[in-house]
Amino acid sequence: MLDFLSLLPYWQVFVEGIVTTLWVTVVATLLGLAIAVPFAWLRLEGPRLLSALIGIYVELIRNTPFIVQLFFIYFGLPALDLRLSATSCALIAMTLNLTAYATEIIRAGIQAVPKGQREAARVLGMSPLQSYRHVVLVPALSRIYPALTSQCIIVMLGSAVISQISVEELTYAANFIQSRNFRSFETYIVATLCYLGIAIAMRQSFEYIGRRLFGFLQGEQR
Amino acid sequence: MSMVRVDALYKSFGANQVLKGIDLRIQEGEVVSIIGRSGSGKSTLLRCLNQLELHDSGSIEINGKRLDGEAMSARQLSEHVGMIFQSFNLFPHRRVGENVMLAPMVVRGESREAVEPRARALLESVGLGEKFDAWPGQLSGGQQQRVAIARALAMAPKVLLCDEITSALDPELVGEVLRVLEKLAVDGMTLVLVTHEMRFAREVGSRVVFMHQGKIHEQGDAKRVLDDPQTPELKQFLASTR
Amino acid sequence: MIDFTLWDILGHLLRALRWTLALSIIAFVGGGLVGALLTWWRTSQIKALQLLVRGYVELFQGTPLLMQLFLIFFGLSALGINLSAWTAATIALTLFTSAFVCDIWRGSIEAIPAGQWQAARVLGMSRLQTLRHVVLGQAVRIAIAPTVGFSVQVIKGTALASVIGFTELTRTATMLNNAAFMPFTIFGLLALCYFCLCYPLSRYARYLEKRLDVHGSR
Repeated sequence: MLDFLSLLPYWQVFVEGIVTTLWVTVVATLLGLAIAVPFAWLRLEGPRLLSALIGIYVELIRNTPFIVQLFFIYFGLPALDLRLSATSCALIAMTLNLTAYATEIIRAGIQAVPKGQREAARVLGMSPLQSYRHVVLVPALSRIYPALTSQCIIVMLGSAVISQISVEELTYAANFIQSRNFRSFETYIVATLCYLGIAIAMRQSFEYIGRRLFGFLQGEQR
Repeated sequence: MSMVRVDALYKSFGANQVLKGIDLRIQEGEVVSIIGRSGSGKSTLLRCLNQLELHDSGSIEINGKRLDGEAMSARQLSEHVGMIFQSFNLFPHRRVGENVMLAPMVVRGESREAVEPRARALLESVGLGEKFDAWPGQLSGGQQQRVAIARALAMAPKVLLCDEITSALDPELVGEVLRVLEKLAVDGMTLVLVTHEMRFAREVGSRVVFMHQGKIHEQGDAKRVLDDPQTPELKQFLASTR
Repeated sequence: MIDFTLWDILGHLLRALRWTLALSIIAFVGGGLVGALLTWWRTSQIKALQLLVRGYVELFQGTPLLMQLFLIFFGLSALGINLSAWTAATIALTLFTSAFVCDIWRGSIEAIPAGQWQAARVLGMSRLQTLRHVVLGQAVRIAIAPTVGFSVQVIKGTALASVIGFTELTRTATMLNNAAFMPFTIFGLLALCYFCLCYPLSRYARYLEKRLDVHGSR
């Protein structure tokens, strides 16, 4: 017999887990995107060595599992005598992960902006950096915004893994609860639905933000 | 002193030699139409004049300043040469007024307060004063191209390059753009156009340059060249455009 | 603490590699089969089936793979269905894969212009005939690059099977590290193992994508 009522006493644990999942996701998303925007530009227009280094970083992250990256940082940093909290390690791993994917996505967006836009900026006297910042960046982001949205949601879902280094987020909370009430099926069902809810809410918020940021596209379709 | 001075200009793309020794002088206030078949090198010549393409050898001087690869920054160059494109290239995420104001603000560091009256006046002069807050995507092609002209003029260039600026327009929209150009010509702006508009070249232009296979094949007074072509190639070209 | 040489570590990892490979291949093939069935339902004319598959895809794409593993391994056992870690991991990864490939393949079929369907219809073909003779051939060409690309996600996904105690690459590395505590070497080599599996597939996917672009633009 399923018994979801046995979860009621633990609602606070769930809420605390959700709050942690949300805040680490928001921090990693903001940091990751903030780093990816200059990285994407450097990957395309930066000095050759720097561009190659960013390329290697992107491929390394994209072709290894997140849990391995997390363990590398969590177990590896103390070996360098660098002691960080589990949460800090998780944030570093999540940010590094998102940055790599976002760099690649934004780079594709920049390349999709018509060449004429950059030429127009140049004949108006803008430097390459000015042209990236004022002319190329926003149309590039608007093009790849759906892909970026999905990637940020993937990072949120991936954050379940940071429970493995005992960051007390939603999955950790679920593990804790089911070890107390021995109702693992019900507990994981509720946790799963929480994730689904967060994913849907994230998509909606991104769409809302997108409509505000890229309002000019509606004008274009008229 | 010539406004534009081109000497022995060569340019290749890979094995394909596009410009084979161009010599050209353009005086202040002249309206020069460059005509020729596609592939004759006319667009490449125009793009060399503002370094969108870097020439292989020869020299280009604009307003007494020599362009040699890296010698002049995009910023310095924009003080001398403006350009308008076939595909308008308005910035879609900036409103019309911001398109006009962007370069003076970003490149010259002027304040918005200083630029805005000028931008409004420029839009007024191309007949789009009321579109200041519109998005480029809301405008017709002809209107977008007129905004592009205002945007180029905001940097107060000495020479304006026009690369087939009416070719992407529906026929009924061509006139409104040409009228703006004509007004500029009358006001004394130096214009260099790559164009298919022979009537405009004849009536507004002061000179026509006919390019053929990477060289200037024939040039001279607009009416004289178009009404009385000397070389068989130009005769054939003009016959094919009628 | 036990002393391990680099070769000991590498040897252990390489022996564990086959389990990662086996799990990846089974999940990819199994997921492909289930995914094909789902795609068939998703593009059918029956509304209820369409909706069902949409919900399924949404569920698996909107929840963590780790949760799916927990639910199948720990959750089912609480209901009296006891699965080994290996079986649970296989089932979870198969279902996970099927949802994603279904989404990729549906997108590829929908990318075929309506004109193709209409042209086949005026030639008298049935829906099934059109799908088989006209649409599928074109859709496969579009689908192949993202499908190969997704196989990388499957390989990386198998690493999570370590969490429910299945001894593949990642769990072997964790156990080695518990014994030897050489985190940089061990997890570095572990990452390298995954990289060697995934990078060629990523490159191949990108190559296929470029080739399609070239053909497509003709």
